[in-house]
Formats: sequence, C-alpha cells, structure tokens
Amino acid sequence: MLQMNNEEIRKAADFFTHEIAKLAGDKSFRLMEVCGTHTVAIFKAGIRQLLPENVQLVSGPGCPVCVTPNEYLDTAIAFSRKSDVMIATFGDMLKVPGSSSTLAAEKAQGADIRIVYSSLEGLELAKRYPDKKVIFLAVGFETTAPTAAAAILMAEAEKVANFYVLSSHKLVPPALRALLSSGDSKVHGFLLPGHVSAMIGLTPYEFLSKEYNTPAVVAGFEPLDILQSVYMLLRQLDCGVAKVENQYRRIVPKEGNPAACEVLSTVYQAADAQWRGIGHLKNSGLVMREKYQKFDALLNIPVTVEETKEAKGCQCGSVLRGLMLPTSCPLFGKTCKPEHPVGSCMVSIEGTCAAWYKYGAGRWQV
Amino acid sequence: MKKDYVQLAHGSGGKLSHDLVKNVMWPAFANEILGQMDDGAQLDMNGCRLAFSTDSYVVKPLFFSGGDIGKLAVCGTVNDVAMSGAIPLYLSAGFILEEGFPMESLQRIVASMQRAAAEAGVKIVTGDTKVVEKGAVDGIYINTAGIGSIIDGTNVSGSNAKVGQDIILSGYLGDHALAVMSERHGLQFPQSVVSDCAPLNGLVKSILTAVPTIAVLRDPTRGGLATTLNEIALQSQVGIMLEESSIPISPAVQAACDILGFDPLYLANEGKMIVFVEHECTRQVLDIMQQHVYGREARVIGKVVKEPNGQVGLRTNIGGVRLLDMLVGDQLPRIC
Repeated sequence: MLQMNNEEIRKAADFFTHEIAKLAGDKSFRLMEVCGTHTVAIFKAGIRQLLPENVQLVSGPGCPVCVTPNEYLDTAIAFSRKSDVMIATFGDMLKVPGSSSTLAAEKAQGADIRIVYSSLEGLELAKRYPDKKVIFLAVGFETTAPTAAAAILMAEAEKVANFYVLSSHKLVPPALRALLSSGDSKVHGFLLPGHVSAMIGLTPYEFLSKEYNTPAVVAGFEPLDILQSVYMLLRQLDCGVAKVENQYRRIVPKEGNPAACEVLSTVYQAADAQWRGIGHLKNSGLVMREKYQKFDALLNIPVTVEETKEAKGCQCGSVLRGLMLPTSCPLFGKTCKPEHPVGSCMVSIEGTCAAWYKYGAGRWQV
Repeated sequence: MKKDYVQLAHGSGGKLSHDLVKNVMWPAFANEILGQMDDGAQLDMNGCRLAFSTDSYVVKPLFFSGGDIGKLAVCGTVNDVAMSGAIPLYLSAGFILEEGFPMESLQRIVASMQRAAAEAGVKIVTGDTKVVEKGAVDGIYINTAGIGSIIDGTNVSGSNAKVGQDIILSGYLGDHALAVMSERHGLQFPQSVVSDCAPLNGLVKSILTAVPTIAVLRDPTRGGLATTLNEIALQSQVGIMLEESSIPISPAVQAACDILGFDPLYLANEGKMIVFVEHECTRQVLDIMQQHVYGREARVIGKVVKEPNGQVGLRTNIGGVRLLDMLVGDQLPRIC
C-alpha cells in the first residue's frame, strides 16, 4: 500500500468511499476511533468529508495526554519545583494545564524540565546528572509502557540510584469495556489502535465481539488504511457479524509482541486507575511491582501537591467518551484554543479538540 | 493580573511568535516600514531602494549535517534580504561567546561564515564580539544583519498575493529541521538527512531579472511552509489552496516525520523559497528555477484563491480538503 503512487491512492480511496456509501445505505452508523493518532490522521487526510453523513466517526479515549488526570499534572508540577529534581518528559505534556500551572510555565520560571524522546533518554539524564533526582513522566498506553519498564530494568541492572518514574500508564481494553458497559456510547464498531495492538495483539479485544457483539478492526494510519478499516467494519455490520479483524497485518501480528509484554509484566502489574474525564476504571492502569518500587517517584520522593481543581466548564470527559463533539462544547474555539487550552483535549497534538480545531472543523468551509 | 512569562514556544516562529511580535514589539516600535511585515525592511534612502534585515542564530548543535551556525547566520540573513527582492551586499556579524568556548570551534565557525559569504557574494563589513560568563549562553550566539539593493522595477512583498497567482516551491521540505533534530537527539534514520542551508540570492536574482512582476518571495524557515503561507494569506487578505500531491517531501524526511509524529509542512527550511507569480509567467519562472542548483525540484504547489480569506487550505492525496493552520508553539514529538 505504501508503494502506491498518487493516482493509485486516489483510485483506491474512491473505491472505498463508494463501497462504504453503498454498504451504509440509509442506515446511520457511529464508529469510534480509539487512538489519538487515528484522530489526527482522519482529519489530516480529510476523511470525514469523504464519508457519507450517516457514517459518523467519533473519537474515543485514545490520546494518552488527554486521559492523564489533573492530579498527575499537579504532582509532576510539584516535583518540578524541587531544586534537586529534574523532570524528563515527552514534549506534549508540557502544555497540559494542571490545577494552577503547567510544566511549560514552571520551565519558564526555572524548573529543570527536559524534553526527551524516550524513557531511555530519561535514564541517560540520570546517569549524566548524578546530583539530581531525575523523574521520568511515564504516560501512555501499552505502546510506551514497555519502554518505561525497560528503562527501569536497565536502571536496576546498572544500579542507577537517581532515576525515578512517575507512572500514569493506562490500558486500552478496560477503557473500551467501560465505554460499552456504560451503555451511553452507542458505538456500532471500533477502529482499534495500531500501535497498541502491535504490542498486545488481537486477543485482548475479543470481548468486544464475544460479550458486546461489537465489531472491531485493528487499523493502520495511512488514509487508505483508515478508509479500508471503515469499509471492513461496515461489511461486518452489513453481514450482521461481530469479530476482531486485522487490517494492519503488515505491522500487527495476531499475538502482538511477546517480548515487550514480558518486560511489561516483569515490572508492572494492573491496578485500578483514574482517567481524566472518565473516572476510576478497574484494572485499567499499571503500577510497579514491589521489587521495582524503589524507582517509583511517588513512593520515594516526598512532595506536597496542591489540591486538584478541574477547569470550569470543561467538557473533555464527554468528548473523550464520544458523547459530545468538540464543536458542541461552549468553550471550543472561544476560551479554549491551542494557544490557551482549557482542557487536555485541546492540548495534545493528538487531542480530539485540538485536531478538530487545527484541521478546521467548524471554522473552515470551502 | 495574571503573570505571564516568555516560553520557548514564543520563539518557534508560529502563532505564539506572531502574537508576541504583534502584542509586544509592534505597539512599541510602530512605524509604516515595520508595518509591512516582510522578512526585511524595504527602505527608500535618497531615491536608492534598499532592503535591510537582521536575525539571531542560537542553533543547537552548532555543527550539523550540511552546515553549522556560521553558515546558517550568513545564509539566513542573505536570504531574508533576497526575499525583499534585493541583491544582498553587506553583512554585519555580532558574536556572543561563552567563557570557555573552544577557540578551534570558533575558528571553524568563522571560516564557514567566510565561505558562505563568498558563495553569496556578500562582504561582512562590521561586527561586534562580547564574551559572557560560563553558563550565561550556550556556547555561541551569532547575530547578523544585512543590507542590499532592491532590483530595479520589482515590487516584492507578502502583501502582493492576488487571486489566480500560482505558488511555486523551490524544492523538498524539512531537510534542515530534521538534520538538526537528528543530530541534537542522536536519532538515526535509515537514510541520512542533510540540511538544505544555502544562499538563495543567486536564484532570486535570476528569476526577478527575467520576471520583474513576481509578486511575493518568502523563505519558509521557522514555522515551515504552512506558517509562512498563513502569514502571506493574512498579509494579502486572500485564501490559498495547496495540492498535497504536488508538495515535494523526500522519503527520508517523510519517514522520520512518521516516526516522530511531525508534520513536514511545519518544519524549518534554510534553503527553500516560495514564489507567487501570475499564471502566464509560471512556466518561465519554473524553467529558470529548475536550471539552478537550488531550484531543481521547483514545482507549482497551489494557487491563490478568493475564499476563505486569510486562510490556507490543503487538498489531500485522497481528495479531502482541510485547513492548514499556522503552527501553534513548537512541534513536539508525540507519545505513541
């Protein structure tokens, strides 16, 4: 698919959009893309406007920054204010508003905050600055959690005593279960996240079809991947079947990546976790096993955290559950814009509101 | 009143930089020349039309594939002067050096500036050197200013875009940003990416001499193609529609962007230019550009349209259309 020229891509896109319209007929469908990267890819390619109006794509809780609770940001900010602490973080955490500040604002006022591209870079910082307690902000789903676990294993092997992790890892399947069991999402099918699926494979999603009779397709990130996945979902719905299909076979093996999963389960175990705007979900997060708790920043570095306050009027919770379109939020594009975001969905480059705003939904008409 | 602080994103060249200049600098310095909002000021001095521009260079690392801070400091200002439709003639160079900076590195940088100036045909005629305590700056910062004479019969400005004009881009996007970034973070991509840092004044002179009616010239540096075109759309109060399939992006840059979650349309370039020209002159401009070493991959990437006013749109490869907004803050690597 990647080797196609522009004309071939256009032809294939026309084929899928035509077939999708034919399969949908006059029935209405709500399909949820779970992954923030999908949300961005959908907008970037202008896919929504190629689909018939009765095939609606809604975004789910798939942006790791968006689902990270306010309290976590407040804790990271409190750590960053300590003179002996260095924060190592992925860049898009910088702008996320906590209760009264952001990491970017703290950085501007002198906090030692470094942007890293991987958890291993955080470990390297710890080795380079032995006088600092280096705290890696570990957010993200099953995709990034194994690399944080690998950094912890490496720190253990190399006896790095000043490397810590502030963990807020989340697991995708429990979030999907919560969405479906709440009964208010009214989703007919899921586009499953390609990156997460490359780690965990297809088996953890089987409850979608078996318990909830909801079809799902693991989708790649090229525009044609997404169109084909929508087509595959509609084909299942048309035939009245529900199964977990794999459109992204060139990357995602059925069994996932067992080595990464093993590293993950060596260091972490599942635990209940708080999701921003969604609430407390059973077994939906990861905490360090006892043997590795010496790397847990929360357990080892004392810190006083301000009382968490939620932004007034922010509707991110409803957006993350697919219950509200960003443009229906009264703050969207007014008090809440990428340059001064109120809620996390407007902050992250993969946030639903940020994608809607950036790519012109509601403010670009041709 | 809520306290506000300068953040790194204010220097990204995108919307926050734009707002900072508009809200803090312009009200203080307001005059009709600054108000032109072009890369360089166009001055009329006793009947002599001059272009004048300045820029500061704080790149990290100092040496990268395809260039270094010295080459950048010369080419950047040469290009800003050239984008005003001028032939750059003279540069100034101001150095802020950190105590302890290796003399050998300074010599390498200065030699590189000399080579770049020679290629561009400009002279560095004045300068300044300050040394500050260790830790006060990161090695070396360079400021350059340049002056040049505007080519007779031309009138180039970001406010000259008109409906129907074609938009030409001189080559592949994003090489500079990716080359610097891969060096900075030790990222290794399957194919090496080399900065496009180059003086464009020769190319500008060739096309302007042949087609003096060229309306707009701009080099898409910080903020990339998308932000630059947004600035022009706002300046000229027109719409712009690009064809994604026509925008040249090398497979190496595209692959790196896919991995990092970056959009090449927002990546900085240091040797590329955008030309707005009436459709009947497009072929002539393209032919000249494609014969020049810095314009071989030149192609038409879009058109100036009437609506929506002040905005840039992109027709995607699969036939969708979407907004191409100005960069807000820095592009940051995604988490997954």
